[in-house]
Amino acid sequence: MEEFTGPVDLNSMKKNDVILIGVILILALAAFGGISWYSEKNTKEAEAVVYVDGEEQERYPLNQDTSVRVSLEDGNYNLLEIKDGQADITEASCPDKVCVDHRPVKNQGESLVCLPHKVVVEIENGEEAKIDGATH
Amino acid sequence: MAPPIKEEIMAKKAAYMGMMVALAFVFSYLESLVPINFGIPGIKLGLANLVAIVALYTMGSKEACTLSLIRIILTGFTFGNPSSMLYSLAGGILSLLVMILAQKIKIFSVTGVSVLGGVFHNTGQILVAALVVENERLFYYLPMLMISGTIAGTLIGILAAILIKRLERLIKEG
Repeated sequence: MEEFTGPVDLNSMKKNDVILIGVILILALAAFGGISWYSEKNTKEAEAVVYVDGEEQERYPLNQDTSVRVSLEDGNYNLLEIKDGQADITEASCPDKVCVDHRPVKNQGESLVCLPHKVVVEIENGEEAKIDGATH
Repeated sequence: MAPPIKEEIMAKKAAYMGMMVALAFVFSYLESLVPINFGIPGIKLGLANLVAIVALYTMGSKEACTLSLIRIILTGFTFGNPSSMLYSLAGGILSLLVMILAQKIKIFSVTGVSVLGGVFHNTGQILVAALVVENERLFYYLPMLMISGTIAGTLIGILAAILIKRLERLIKEG
């Protein structure tokens, strides 16, 4: 039968404990920094993807303001503008101008469509819409 | 006073062990009643660990292992389910092994041992959880759980130091 262990000196090693706690906290912070750096590197940025006749043409990140002229072979065009993280078609040579009248898009899955030119601008990797799917 | 005979020591030890198991059991239950929600699963004070540490210092590593095992099986069957028992077992075993080692190398006080126990309890649970759901994203929780384990471990360690000091006299003179 084992005897109960002898008296423990409870207060003699406080310094090592403080060092241990410090080391663990530093490790945790380092791990936290590493993980957020890693996940930031791996998150894809929201992009506006331009399709013409169902084929992908070009991708434009939403965080860079730019103005692109999507020109078609027959001389028609749509002017895509990216500003303040939103994509909008501001000018087009199509007859109905539905794409121009459409409000700017920025949320995941939203799209601008120009039926006469078969031009589609779709948002990928964007944030989920805050209201609901019906607002698409 | 005549030295206590073997049966007397055995009886005393059994009674003490029974009390500790009951205490650990009640603490586990109490803790499940108090919802602490920091948005991250797994953050808790670890009151049952308090009993494990006190047992480790007043009775020894073998007894502390027995105590934790009985406590985990009891709470698992009473308040949990097989999967929660698996997580407790992983966390409990890893944390206890680390605490026994930490106590043996004698460079930390009760607080340091308890902090290590708290941190490795969370680490063990994350390891098992990541194995079960096969998703390495669970390790995103690790830094937060390390910090919470350190805080909880410090508090429990301070409490345990007070308890050990008083209980030891009781056990010795008992």
